Amino acid sequence: MSFDIAVMQIFNGISLFTILVLMALGLAIVFGLMGVINMAHGELMALGAYVTYMVAHVFERHLPSLMGVYLFFAIIMAFLVTFAFGWILERGFIRFLYKRPLDTMLATWGLSLVLQQAYRSIFGAQEVSVPMTKWLTGAWDMTEGIQIPLNRLFIVGLTILVSLGVYYLLFKTRWGLRIRAVTQNRAMSGAAGINTNRVDAMTFALGSGLAGIAGAVFTMIGSTNPLTGQLYIVDSFIVVVFGGVASLLGTFVSGFAIAQAQTTLEFLLSGSMAKVAILLMVIVVLYFRPNGLFAARVRQ
Amino acid sequence: MSASDRRSFIKAGAALGASAAVGPWFIKDARAADVIKVGQLHSLTGTIALAEAAIVDAEKMAIDEINAAGGVMGRKIESIVEDGASDWPTFAEKAKKLLQRDKVAAVFGCYTSASRKSVLPVFEQNNGLLYYPTYYEGQEQSKNVIYTAQEATQSVIAAIEWLAKNKGKTFFLVGSDYIYPRTCNKIAKPTIARVGGKTLGEEYAPLGHTEFSSIINKIKAAKPDCIYSTVVGGSNVAFFKQLVAAGLSGDKQTLLSTVVSENEIDGIGKENAAGYYACMGYFQSQKNPANEKFVKAIKAKYGQDRVVGDPMECGYTAVYFWKNAVEKAKSFEVAKVVAASSELPLDAPEGNIKLHKSNHHTWKHARIGRARPDGQFDIVHESPLIEPNPFPKL
Repeated sequence: MSFDIAVMQIFNGISLFTILVLMALGLAIVFGLMGVINMAHGELMALGAYVTYMVAHVFERHLPSLMGVYLFFAIIMAFLVTFAFGWILERGFIRFLYKRPLDTMLATWGLSLVLQQAYRSIFGAQEVSVPMTKWLTGAWDMTEGIQIPLNRLFIVGLTILVSLGVYYLLFKTRWGLRIRAVTQNRAMSGAAGINTNRVDAMTFALGSGLAGIAGAVFTMIGSTNPLTGQLYIVDSFIVVVFGGVASLLGTFVSGFAIAQAQTTLEFLLSGSMAKVAILLMVIVVLYFRPNGLFAARVRQ
Repeated sequence: MSASDRRSFIKAGAALGASAAVGPWFIKDARAADVIKVGQLHSLTGTIALAEAAIVDAEKMAIDEINAAGGVMGRKIESIVEDGASDWPTFAEKAKKLLQRDKVAAVFGCYTSASRKSVLPVFEQNNGLLYYPTYYEGQEQSKNVIYTAQEATQSVIAAIEWLAKNKGKTFFLVGSDYIYPRTCNKIAKPTIARVGGKTLGEEYAPLGHTEFSSIINKIKAAKPDCIYSTVVGGSNVAFFKQLVAAGLSGDKQTLLSTVVSENEIDGIGKENAAGYYACMGYFQSQKNPANEKFVKAIKAKYGQDRVVGDPMECGYTAVYFWKNAVEKAKSFEVAKVVAASSELPLDAPEGNIKLHKSNHHTWKHARIGRARPDGQFDIVHESPLIEPNPFPKL
């Protein structure tokens, strides 16, 4: 392996790490902090992708001069729309199922099928094409042989920003304090005057909004069709479960471990074998540490 | 309600039921003389609806055209559309329904090999007739199936030979991990060796894979003259986008795919696909009167934005193959229609093609097109008619 390839492989590892984190962060909040197994999380990402598609079209038609920055509006819109959708979903659907985890799984899986068919009816079964922002197309030629894709650099930057935002929200604001309090002890938080219903809705909506951001960004590297969500949901769950439910730090560490393992193994073996190896690694780790890499000490 | 009341009520009900049973029977009988039923069995929902919905449209158009021109042997075609829902047992179930209950004369259907394999025993047991309009890996032949698209050798061998002659002799093979890409590459490798080329690498990504950066780095390390791709579906979109982002766009790297038609380009993004090559039996940009009429009719019926790809054209020609075979046989009976299909020619949008004497596949041209920025293909190579060979000796 030449030096050039090695540098690009290292970058790939970092890039995949940020992609996995962006994918799993929303789920880590919904599943990790709230304990809701949301099988429709992937479809929320697809919603973000479709919002991006629509914003791109509005810009193309009415504001062609601003096409260069449409992605920023698209990301914000994707967040707002999925946030609102998540709020409605929690209030109208999820909250009735809190005490019944198995039913939640089935119900949200059903919801994912409904959403998929809804996208198909509205946008058609075919792939839709989300135009690439000009300045994010192509690669940055670091040297003669090293090309770093610009859109991946953008995703790295965005993930750092989003992670910092989530950290600030959860650990530096009163609202985050309430979320953590409810996670640790719902009854006591309620007794202390925290409106737990409101906190639940906000938390779920935040997790959904993050899925929307991920969906918006992934239009640059992946496909946008009614089943896009299915491509990401399994990886998201693996990252969250492997890292330890209820631990955001765990999500980051597991995202990093899986990303590095995958890029390295994919280069040395084949794509399919890399996947097999990673799933084996996850199984072995979960066998010895059933709660994942980082088990948070939460009062059950 | 007294006893006598109840009795008369039951009587009235029975009479009503009897008349209801008689009514449709009469009507059906009267209609049967001038209507012939066919089935269309594709996925309208689920994963594969992505590709199959457009084929249903093209087949429907052929049926409407035939009906407008007077039907088949004076009988109008009535099409029954069934949704296989991207689920293989559902396909078998619906095939059974079409053959046993609706008693259709022919079925146009299936896209994936998995769905075809699941309906195959149903067609053989009930002696039905299936027209299969999708390019596939070969390795199959049934007395109850007519294959109107390319089997793998018809595109792969032509593509590799053209690439070796025009673009260079070192190859890198990338595919999704299932039967079609693996069979294509099994055909590609000895072909590459035969033309004096070299296979530098062979990579498979799991179906639905969206992360191609490592495979792209392997390609960069190997520096092949040509990439031969059989990556399919959503993965394909990711693969092309990431190739362009990594600096291997169509103007710098030769890439040929045997699974990208005009329909896929839409999702990949025109700007991402520009410059790459595809090998197909049909391209929308073909210049001949039959094709111009066909494309115009599709756009008039389904909207100006519609693009036409190879499987749509194969679905459209399948209906005409059936009509011509029926008229030649002067019968709707499956055995007679199949017998009449032997060496049956057709002036299709893709040019003059014909069915094979005995193996139920189609003699086709292989065409190589280069994607333009507008999503259409410039045809750079056109082979003479190639004999279908579903069981190649490799």
